[in-house]
Formats: sequence, structure tokens, C-alpha cells
Amino acid sequence: MSDSTPHGSRVPAEGPAVGQDEWVARHAERRLMRGGVLGSVEERLRRVPWWAWLVLFVAAFSLLPVFEGSGYVRRVAFDTVLYMLLALGLNVVVGWGGLLDLGYVAFYGIGAYAYALLDSDKFGVHLPSLVAVPLIVVIGAVAGLLLGLPSRRLSGDYLAIVTLFFLQLFQTITTNGDSMFGHNVTGGPNGILNVDPFHLFGHDLAVQHGGVFAVSYLYVALGFFVVVFVALRFVNHSRTGRAWRSLREDPLAAEAMGMPVNWLKLMSFSFGAAVAAFTGTIYAALAASVFPLTFYFVLLITVYTMVILGGSGSQAGVVAGALIVSPLLEMLRDGSKSRVIFFVILVAALALAALRSRTLAIVALATIAFGFVVHAVCGAIDSSWIAGEHGGGFAGFTDHWVVAPEHLARWIAPVSYIGVICATLLVTVARGRLRLVLLVPTIYLAAFVWENVMLAKPEPTRFIVLGLILIALMILRPNGLLGERRVEII
Amino acid sequence: MDQFIQLTVDALTLGSVYALIALGYTLVYGVLKLLNFAHGDVFMVGSFIGFGVLQVLGGTSDPVVPVWLLIVLITGAAMAGCAGLGVVIERFAYRPLRDAPRIAPLISALGVSFFLSNSMQLLFGATPRNYNTFDLSNGALYLKGLDIGNVRVPLLRIVTILSAFALMVALWFLVNRTRTGKAMRATSYDREAAAMMGIDIDRVIVFTFVLGSALAGAAGVMFALRVPTNVSIGFIAGLKGFTAAVIGGIGSIPGAMAGGLILGFAEAYSQGYISTKWSDLIVFSILIGFMIFRPQGLLGRADIRKV
Repeated sequence: MSDSTPHGSRVPAEGPAVGQDEWVARHAERRLMRGGVLGSVEERLRRVPWWAWLVLFVAAFSLLPVFEGSGYVRRVAFDTVLYMLLALGLNVVVGWGGLLDLGYVAFYGIGAYAYALLDSDKFGVHLPSLVAVPLIVVIGAVAGLLLGLPSRRLSGDYLAIVTLFFLQLFQTITTNGDSMFGHNVTGGPNGILNVDPFHLFGHDLAVQHGGVFAVSYLYVALGFFVVVFVALRFVNHSRTGRAWRSLREDPLAAEAMGMPVNWLKLMSFSFGAAVAAFTGTIYAALAASVFPLTFYFVLLITVYTMVILGGSGSQAGVVAGALIVSPLLEMLRDGSKSRVIFFVILVAALALAALRSRTLAIVALATIAFGFVVHAVCGAIDSSWIAGEHGGGFAGFTDHWVVAPEHLARWIAPVSYIGVICATLLVTVARGRLRLVLLVPTIYLAAFVWENVMLAKPEPTRFIVLGLILIALMILRPNGLLGERRVEII
Repeated sequence: MDQFIQLTVDALTLGSVYALIALGYTLVYGVLKLLNFAHGDVFMVGSFIGFGVLQVLGGTSDPVVPVWLLIVLITGAAMAGCAGLGVVIERFAYRPLRDAPRIAPLISALGVSFFLSNSMQLLFGATPRNYNTFDLSNGALYLKGLDIGNVRVPLLRIVTILSAFALMVALWFLVNRTRTGKAMRATSYDREAAAMMGIDIDRVIVFTFVLGSALAGAAGVMFALRVPTNVSIGFIAGLKGFTAAVIGGIGSIPGAMAGGLILGFAEAYSQGYISTKWSDLIVFSILIGFMIFRPQGLLGRADIRKV
């Protein structure tokens, strides 16, 4: 296509760097850019170097405590940074190495426990943080190598089982470690308490400052984040990083090209484990205690959701995933917030649908009307059916829309929940007009279930949302928000 | 000696439950090359369906039907319910991903597993459900039984072990002696070639899920007849079944049975003679041993990679 085409222009590219293939290096040149203002903005943004984005992001994040003084928000921000670190580490194994490591959070636990053992009253050891943290990173990397060793010959599925069992083993050892050969090593289910805070340059980093969560840990975590992000980016752009990608795309071809496949797999395992252990130290220092159950399946799925949602393989993607999922999970803890989230998403989806086509606009209007009619009919039959507690979302608008009975009969919860699942599945298989017609009651039923069944129990609800995100993403957009679509050669 | 007999009976009970779960993994792996992580949770749902039907039929203390029929009914209901669940999971979570990269259905399966266990917790809470089988005909299932030496093997154990083996034999016949079984074997050998030979692959896969999930449902009831069930048993049970399938050689039906029994024996003996707490460690060592020295498992074929 020539430069004079009305729709776009080519991106000028520099010559390929050493060790790069010319055809690959010039792939941007062959891409057609969007025209007009949007295109030029996109073009500008593309030229901003990655480190500028990183600086911008970290600067914006570190300004948060300035504007927001509440300890709660700071704590959530801190947790989010921890999740970003965990996601970056998992991205090495899953996104770059292409290995399904289900024991990942065990390394996080190993880091946390190692810190707790090396810096607490448990055995009276108090290593300085600048010694303990690098030591633990090495421990994590070695643990990753050791787990990788028996698994090195194994492909995806076998690896998944060995690593999942490893996670279970970590649980067994930490929970029963209170009588290990007659010694109390890990404190068992009661964990290890009174873990030291970080001790840097002669100062203890206090967790609480005047009763409020101290910002120092947020900054330490951000520092960790920058170190890990930059280090991993360099690794990814090195020979090793390219070798990982080739390994992921086609292990057999990589092996035939003379790549040390086993060693590469071990390396990616080890890198991921080291990052997780690194993150574990700051967690233990902040929480001042470690318990076995923190490092289990739930955390594993949470980190996986972040990596998959953001787009495995893309560093910016997994960070974005953590930035979305972590606050979302936090808000879902609170009934009134999760009610708002649900209706905001619902209204946004309806509005977007309405903008896209006229039929969908009719569906959106029909849904709204349907709700008012059902509410009115139910209210007319028995006023206790609509007398339940409402959150008053959208200035009380939803109070007249969703039916909320005063007393929920025991059968309503399972029947409506299973009903909404069946209805959703039906919508996905129905075609044409039937689908549109089914959509209206399905949305309403979902709102009913959310309001009456799920809000009452935030704990399973949060995780149901995670599970749904994983399934839906895999089917609709397996490359996540920012990941690139992968081509698998079979 | 008495302890040995007791442990052997325990091993057989445990092993037959593991074997039933492992069969589900192995069947699905055979045709789809997919490790169905949600299988453990299907097992858990099965134990809950059994509990629900038991309550409908009047509970163990005052059942409206004879005891043998009661057990048959709850097992049948759990098998049917789980079979349906398996079909739904296959249709909506795995079928759209059949041609996706290998890691995609695995992650979807993780999502399904998480979704199922948390949905059950949402609807039924985390409290354990006890079948209270001791109440059935005043404890006859526990007090009567077979005497071996000084040990009395309770009737319930005998029934559990025998019915598990009956199911496995039935499965073996189904796979090796029927047309559908032949289609399953052909699909597992080479899916594309089987499709070209006129085998309806979708039907075979659905049927495989029906079989595997029904076995998981039966295993769920057998498990819950002995110990109370709760919404989080799926994870460990799935992991053990999975390990059994790998030890036996994933994709091989006799392998899954052997793997389940090996796991049952390893766990029962290590709990009895070594330590209850560390039996997971021993099972893990066995798994690692197999991974290093015989990665294709006991009865599995070595995988030949084709380019």
C-alpha cells in the first residue's frame, strides 16, 4: 500500500538491532495506521518510550497517599502493588515460559515464611533486611529450580499436577510444621507472629504511623515494583527472553533449533519463584505475621485472573489486570459498594449496547420497562415482596426496579441462582430474535439474584466473580486486555 | 496383623473412591487431551445431590424406602445430576475452546472449578453435611459384616468397595465391548481421523463427560457415606484423583484403577504406620518418583510427539 492512501500512513522504522530479524523488526512498518486525529494521537502515544510510562505510572501511584489520607485506601493501594508484583512474576512463567505453574503462590509463601523465620522472635534471629531480602530471593530461585527439576521433562498438564501438589505440600508442611521432628518450626495453623518490620539504614519501618497505615511500606513496595519491572523487562529483551517466547510458541521447533529447552523452563520457573519470594518478604514484614492459609488456592486463582485479564505475556497488561482486579475484589467485600458496581456495569453495558444498534436499544429499554412492570405487579400482589432492604442506587431509582422480598424463602436462593445460570447459558446458545427476547428476563433475573442472594454473602460472591471472569475471558478474549493474540502451531 | 487388615480395608475403600475419580480424569484426557480441573468439584456436587435426595426420602433415621433402595436411589440421583453437570460444563466451558491453545481450556477449567465450589458455598454454606449412615436400620451397616481374623469389616465398606468395582467393570465393558466404546477409543487415538471415519466427535465427547461425571457422582456418594461432606472437598479429592490418573498412566482405564488403588494403599499404610500428618508428603514423593522414572505412568503409552 502506498503512502498516498487516504486512510493511513506507514510508521517509519529504524533498522533492526543486533540479534533481531529484519522482517520481525519491520513489522510495525507493514501495519496500517488509523487515519485522522485519533490516528495521530495513537501514533504519538506509541512513540512514548516504555520507561516514561513507568515513571508516569509510579509517580501517579505515589501521589495517591497525598490526596487520600485514609489508612484503608492506602492499605488497598499497598495490596494492589503486591498483586502487581505477583502478577509480574507469574507472567514470567505463564506468559513468557508458557508453563502452567499452579504452585506459584507457594513460592510467595516460602518467601514470607523465610522472612518470618529469619526476622522474628521465633528463633531469635534478626537479620538486617538488606541481608535477609536478597538471601530470600536466592532461596526462592533455588526452590523454583528444585521444583522444576523433576518437572523439566513434563509438558503442560503434568507440570500443572506436580506444581498443584507442591502447593498442597506447602500447606501440609506449614500447617503441620509445629511438630517437625519434635521441633516447632512453622507454628502450625497459628502461624508465626511478631515478625520484624523492615529495618533499613538504621531505622525500623513502622507499619502504623499514629494509628494510620504508614505510607513508607507503599513506597517500599513501589520501589520493589520498579526494580522487578525493569529487571524483567531487560530479561525479556535479552536472548533468554526471546528463547522463552520461541519455547512457548513451539517447544519442539525450539529444541530442534538447538535451544536448551529444559534449562529455559527451569530458568522461567526460577525467575517467577524469585519474584514471588521477593514479594513474600514485604508481605510478611507488613503483616507482621504469616499463616498457612494465606498462600492457597484462592490467592492462586486471584493472581491468575489478574494475569489472564490483563493479557499474559504483556507486562503492562498484567499490571493493568492487578489494578482492575484488586480494587474490584476489595469493593465486592462491601455490600453497598458491590451493589453500585453491579448497576454501574449494567447501565454502562445497556448504554453501550443501545449505542451500537437500534435493536439492542430496544432491548435496553425493554429491560428497564420490564423491571418496573414486574416490580409494580409484585407490589400489587403482596407488598412484603418489595419491602426488602434496598441500597437506593441511582438516587433510589433501583428501589422501584428490582424486586426485593422482605423475607427470602429458602427455596428462592438456589432456584433463582440456578435459574439465572440456565438462562445465561440459554442466551448464549439461542439465535436471532429469541436471543433478544430471552436477554430481557435474564438481565432482570441476574439483578434480582445479585440484590437478594449474592450481596448477602460477599465471600463466595467475590470468588464467583473471579471464576466467571476466567471462563468468560478464555472464551471471548483469551489474549486479555493488552496481550497479543497468540498463534499456536500444531 | 489386625491393624494390617484394618488398613487394607481402609486402603481399598479409599482407593476405590480415588479410582472412580481418576477414571473421570483419564476418560476426558483420553478424548480431549484436557485435564478437567473441575472434576473434583463435580465429585463434591455429587455428594451434595446425594445428601439432598436423602433428605427428600426422609433422611437416614426414618427413610420412606428400604435401605438398599435408598442407597441405590441416592447414588443414581447423584450420578444423573453429575452427568448433566458434566455435559453443561463441556458444552459451555470447553467446547468453545477446543481449537484454542492448550493452556486456554486448562485455565477455563480452573475457573469452572472455582465457580462451582463458591457457588455451592453461596447456596448451601460451608457447614459440613453428614449422611448419618449409622442411623440406617439401627447401625446394621456398621455392626454386621465380614469377620477376617479379629477384624470385622462393616457391611457398608463391603458394599462400597464392591459397587465401585462393579462400576469399573461396567465401564471396562462399555469401552471395550460396545460400538460407542469403540468410537471413544478411536477418538482418543486420533480425533481427526476418527471424524473422517464418520464418528460424531461431539457426541463421543459429550458421552465421555457423561461417563466420567457420573462416576464422580457415584464416588461422591460413596465418600459421603463414610465421612461428612462439605463444599471444599473437591480440591483435595480432585488432586488425589488426578495424581492417581497420572501414576496409572493418564488416558489408560486400567491404569486409573491401578493408580487409584496404589494411592489408596500408600495413603492408608502411611497414615497407619508412619504418620497421619505427613501422608501427603509420601503420596507426593510417589508422584515425583513416577515423574522422574516413568513419566508415562504405570500403564500408559509413552507419548510420541509429532511435528
